[in-house]
Amino acid sequence: MKDLFRGELIRFTFEEPETRAKAEVRWQRDTEFVRLADGDPSHLSSEKKIKEWFDQRSERGPKSERVSFSVRTLEEDKFIGDLGLWIDLIHSEAWVGLGIGEREFWSKGYGTDMMKLCMQYVFTELGVERLSLGLFEYNPRALRSYEKCGFRLEGRSRKEMLREGQRYDSLWMGILREEWLAMQNGDQK
Amino acid sequence: MFDIQTQLFEGQDIRFGPIDHEKDPEIESKWTHDSDFMRMMETMPARPMSAAMIRKQYEKLEKKIEEDKNLYHFMIRAKVDDRLIGTAEVQRIEWANGNGFLRLGIGAAGDRGKGYGTQALRMLLRFAFAELNLFRVSAAVPEYNEAAIALFRKFGFVQEVCRRKSLERDGRRWDLYFFGLLSDEWRNQAQP
Repeated sequence: MKDLFRGELIRFTFEEPETRAKAEVRWQRDTEFVRLADGDPSHLSSEKKIKEWFDQRSERGPKSERVSFSVRTLEEDKFIGDLGLWIDLIHSEAWVGLGIGEREFWSKGYGTDMMKLCMQYVFTELGVERLSLGLFEYNPRALRSYEKCGFRLEGRSRKEMLREGQRYDSLWMGILREEWLAMQNGDQK
Repeated sequence: MFDIQTQLFEGQDIRFGPIDHEKDPEIESKWTHDSDFMRMMETMPARPMSAAMIRKQYEKLEKKIEEDKNLYHFMIRAKVDDRLIGTAEVQRIEWANGNGFLRLGIGAAGDRGKGYGTQALRMLLRFAFAELNLFRVSAAVPEYNEAAIALFRKFGFVQEVCRRKSLERDGRRWDLYFFGLLSDEWRNQAQP
């Protein structure tokens, strides 16, 4: 069977609350990163608060509707970002969100590799019928990456985001289990 | 278009009101026993609920309204006898972006198809755009809810997103549609 946690450039881990909190404090200071990853207004939380939040999640233990991974590069073993899954078992659908907080790793294929590994996990381990995601019009790099991974653009919520006085669409993408399987079998590119 | 004396909560045959914790739970409990209705309203599995459960939900709802400050909830009542006929909501409001989600339901089967939904949506849109000053509103509708799709189209909503096969019901998968309407579009068109 395939290694679920090892891609071509990165691997999935689950970092300790201290490590994650330290990184998060730095990443949330990067406004461009936060705006690419999240629609909520930027804010700064203390390391203590973030660690408490991660601690609480550790204490609650693994939950079937929530899976998250930390991401390390294979080459330098550097912690560069994370990826989260929200799973709706009733309708057999998962949602994914990912971010690379270390900006020197942008535009080098790490995000695409994270997504490919995530899709393998979603369709061969969770076994859901559908994987969904949302992104913003002002993030064309992410759009290209997700298209490369096989996601289809399913629509746009017109002018939903207001950034620096300008309106941008929210974009919604999805891939079905059968589409992913067909790609694995080489039926599609 | 509307002046300052506009009554936001008075329609032609219906009015918006607050929750009546005494009388409403029993009526909403009856609605939850109608699985067709629950499947139109919810993606969560339908389940019958007692009046006691509904009462608890009202308390939770009022707490959420107070704490989160991004939700407005109305009971829809018939003017003629003040009976509860449905609920209307603007929820998940993002103030920084000026957007929110609409939810609307006419609970008793006998009250459907009488134009109450149209009147309620007209009032809810006026509230969202002329009172909350939102820039846009959205609504999520499963492909099998034809009445809701027709209602949103009538008000000029654009079908913006089709999340293919996102819902599992009755042994098959269904698309989930998302509709959107911008404040400009609402202002510049005749109201149904």
